[in-house]
This record gives sequence, structure tokens and C-alpha cells, in this order.
Amino acid sequence: MSTTHTDGSPVLRMESVRKTFGGSVVLRNVGLEVAPHTVTALIGASGSGKSTLLRCANLLEEIDDGAIWLDGEEITGPGVDQDAVRRRIGVVFQAYNLFPHMTVLENITLAPRRVHGVTRAEAEERAVALLERLGLGDRARAYPDRLSGGQQQRVAIVRALAVRPRLLLLDEITAALDPELVSEVLTVVRDLKNDGMTMVLATHEMGFARDVADQVCFLDGGVVLERGTAEQVFEDTQQERTRRFLRRIVEAGRL
Amino acid sequence: MTVTKGGSGREDADDGGRLPGDGTDAVDDGYVPSRRRLERERHKRVRARRATAVAALSTLATAAVLYLIVVSAPGWPRTKETFFNGQYAREAFPKVLEGLWLNVRLLLVCGIAVLVLGMLIAVARTLRGPVFFPLRVLAAAYTDFFRGLPLIINLMIVVLGVPALRLQGVTVDPVLLGGTALTLTYSAYVAEVFRAGIESVHPSQRAAARSLGLTNRQTLRHVVLPQAVRRQVPPLLNDLVSLQKDTGLVSIGGAVDAVRAADIIVGRSLNYTPYIVAGLVFVALTIPMTRCTDWVTARMDRQRAQGGAI
Repeated sequence: MSTTHTDGSPVLRMESVRKTFGGSVVLRNVGLEVAPHTVTALIGASGSGKSTLLRCANLLEEIDDGAIWLDGEEITGPGVDQDAVRRRIGVVFQAYNLFPHMTVLENITLAPRRVHGVTRAEAEERAVALLERLGLGDRARAYPDRLSGGQQQRVAIVRALAVRPRLLLLDEITAALDPELVSEVLTVVRDLKNDGMTMVLATHEMGFARDVADQVCFLDGGVVLERGTAEQVFEDTQQERTRRFLRRIVEAGRL
Repeated sequence: MTVTKGGSGREDADDGGRLPGDGTDAVDDGYVPSRRRLERERHKRVRARRATAVAALSTLATAAVLYLIVVSAPGWPRTKETFFNGQYAREAFPKVLEGLWLNVRLLLVCGIAVLVLGMLIAVARTLRGPVFFPLRVLAAAYTDFFRGLPLIINLMIVVLGVPALRLQGVTVDPVLLGGTALTLTYSAYVAEVFRAGIESVHPSQRAAARSLGLTNRQTLRHVVLPQAVRRQVPPLLNDLVSLQKDTGLVSIGGAVDAVRAADIIVGRSLNYTPYIVAGLVFVALTIPMTRCTDWVTARMDRQRAQGGAI
């Protein structure tokens, strides 16, 4: 069951998703619904399958069982054009994964030009506009290794946005950043939420999850153990395991 | 790391001790070097000068010892006559140079062919999907075979064996056939260099490209190969240097290159000096290329050190 405000059919829907690596079961039986223009935060201990869930949603990993729908269309069935599915989903990775041999501008315009057939001039114009919005207007010609971690991650976000995705997946995007750089990235995510972008984010930043998420899902033992609005999960916690997890987070000073 | 202006002061730093003294501070903030710093720099200069003197002396001593050992050898007068005869050297030099032009042309043509073929084979080995199975196997078999086959045997088979077939329309020109043999062997080496480069690109780069909707092929073309090639420039240049000297082996088919030109004079005069001349000419040709390789490698290492790995 889902507790999101259902003002339309879900952008992303997962049902009974199972994923194993070798002998270990990472996702046992995961169901998830993400309504349009909402933010879903996946929380849980390291190794609870948050990243795997995102990689499955983007078809970077093939699921063992279950099914996934994007805008009501099953994307895990046989004969699905995976490249076409990925074109509609943007991903931002924990380690940025920018292309080191390309400038910031080339990183961003690669997919619009090569995949979506946008002309170079138009792609660059759009890229520069996005960069300026994120305060990176002067870094367009720089190479990624000349940027700080926070700047690299913001470029990675622009790169994902440049193809105008239907859904944005954010995989612990602040985990590799110094504490003072975290906020500059989270501000961007907050702005995107205000623009109505549909997002699913795996995160360890509980304060941020509580602040920005419409739906919070606690992953444990390969299932979504607890889900609800931020208030429900953080204030009115139902499950003992969730409580224990949140207590540990508080002790570590992350909430 | 100290900042030196425009690379000057490199020679001072040759024997260890780097001199910060050369890089006068660019900022004008009223900074006056302390006595401590001046003292430290003076000490470093003295040490560098002493190191240079020691290196020069030890080189001289080593050279003198080697010279004495060779010259005092019982067979030296005879060896000097047969290997280091000035008259034969003067006679051989222009001929050898003339032959060398063939080696250079071979290097250029084979070098390009090797790079293209090597890249095709490397890409063929990374293709996925059942359709490409035969291509993958063929590429793997090719590299296995030609990397194992001694070049000299490969050359003999191609240069001597192909004409023996007396096929219509197939060349018997030893230069073309020799070049073909060189290309066959070296593209196997170069294919492995490219493949190592392709595999060294981190999977997260592919994931990022695929997540943007790029197809496997676009990912290879725009993301993987550019990084792979850039990383493999030093080993590629190394193979090119090696190819350059191995062009001398086409002489076994009778093509008149630098080695063969020397051979002709040796056969007539029974004096081996021309071989020495040919050898030195090859070395002289290879040195700039080796230096270039070193320079490129050093530059890339520096860039990597500055940029940090992603």
C-alpha cells in the first residue's frame, strides 16, 4: 500500500522485486510507488539494497523476479528497448561518474546531442542555462578534475537533467562530499523538488530526508519494512528495527 | 612541489635536491626571505654542485676503465680493423642512409596500419552478443597466434612462402610482403595494448554513459575508447619504437633497407664496419622517439598527479 498523495498514476511502480548477487539476497520482495512530482527517500543501513533498488529501476541491473513499470508501461518485460527506458530516467551517482576526458559542457551535452539529436548550439545553450542556475556558469569549459566535489556533483545533476528526464534517481549523492559541501548539493535537490521533479533518492542525510521527502521508505532485510510520510516514519515509528536504526543515526549525530 | 618559472632551473634539480630559490615569489606582499631560508637554499646549491661534480667524475672513471678493458683485450687490434674501420664507415654511411629511407617509409605505413588493425581487433574482442561470437573468437585466436609466433619466422613464411605459391595477382615484392608480416605481428601486440586500455576504464563510466541513454556502441565510441587510448599512449609509443627497429628485418627478403645496404658492402669487403654504422643509424633514429615517449609519459603522470583519479 502507498501513502503518497495520488494525484495521478505513479511514475515508477515496483512490485515483488527480487534481486540476488551470487548467493546473497539483496532485494527479497520490494514494492514501491512513486507519484508524479513527489520525492521518495530510501533510508536504511549500508547494504540494505538502496543503491541496488535504484540500479534496478534504471535497468543497470537485471531483476530476478517481479516487475517494474515506468509511467504505467512495464520496463522489465521481454523485448523492451532498455536504452529508450534509460533515456527517460536521469541518474546521479555517489561518485559523480563524470567523464574525465570531457569538459563540463561536453559532459552535459553528450546525451542531448548523441541520444536525443539536439543540435550542438541548442544543447550548449540549454546546458549553460542550467549551469548558471546552479551557480556554475563560469565552469563550463573546465575539466571535472578542476572542480571541487560539490561542484562535480552539481555538474552531474545538470548532466542528468539535460535530457529532461521523467524521473530522477539520486544515489547517495552527498556521501562522498565534505560536510561543508553537502548543503550546496542538497539546495539544488530542494530547488528541483519545487520545480516539480519526480525523484527517488537513497540517502544517509536523515535531516534532509525528513525535510524534503513526501514519502520515506525504510529498507531492511530486502523489503520495505516501513513507509509513510516523513512525520510518520520519523515521529510515529511503527517497527522496532526502524526505531533501532534511527536511534543509531541520532547517536552518530546525523539527525 | 615547488613552482619554478617556465621550467627553468630543471638542470639544477637534476641530481636530487630541488631548488625553490629559482622560483622567486610572484606575489608582492612585502615578503623578505628569512635568513633561515637563504641558508637552506645556499646549502642545497652547494649540495647540488657537489652532486654534479661527483657524477661527472664517476662517469669519467667508468668510461676510462671500460676503454682500457676493451683496448687491452688480446684481439683488440684485429677487432678494431674489422668493426671500426674509418674508411669502410665512410663508404657505407651514404648507402646505409639511402636504405634507411625505406625503413622510415615502412615505419610510417606499417605504424598506421598497425594502429587501425589493432584497434579493430581490440574492439572486436570486447563486442557482446551472440552475433559477434565468431568475431570474438577469431580476434582472440589472432592475437594468441601472432603474439606467440616469432617475428623472424612470420617474416620468412610471408616473404618467402607467399611468392612460392605463385598466386596470380599477389605481389612478390619483398617490401610489401615484409611490411605485411610486420603489420600482422605488431597489430596483435597493439590490440592487446588497446584491450588493456579498454578494460582499465572503470565500469562506473559505462554505467554513467548507459544511464544517460547512450547505446553500448555510443558508450564505447564517446566514453570508453577516448579514455582507453589516452591512457595507452606510452605503451603504444613503446611498441612503435620497437616496430621502427624491426623494420630492419625486412632485409631477409632481399629488400634493400639500411641493414641490407650494409650487408652488401660487408659481403664484398669482408669487413663488418657497415653493420656498426647501420646499427648506430638505427639507434640515432630511435632515440628521439624514445625521448618523445618518455616526455609524453612524464607529462601524463604529472597531469594525473595534479588532477587526481576519478
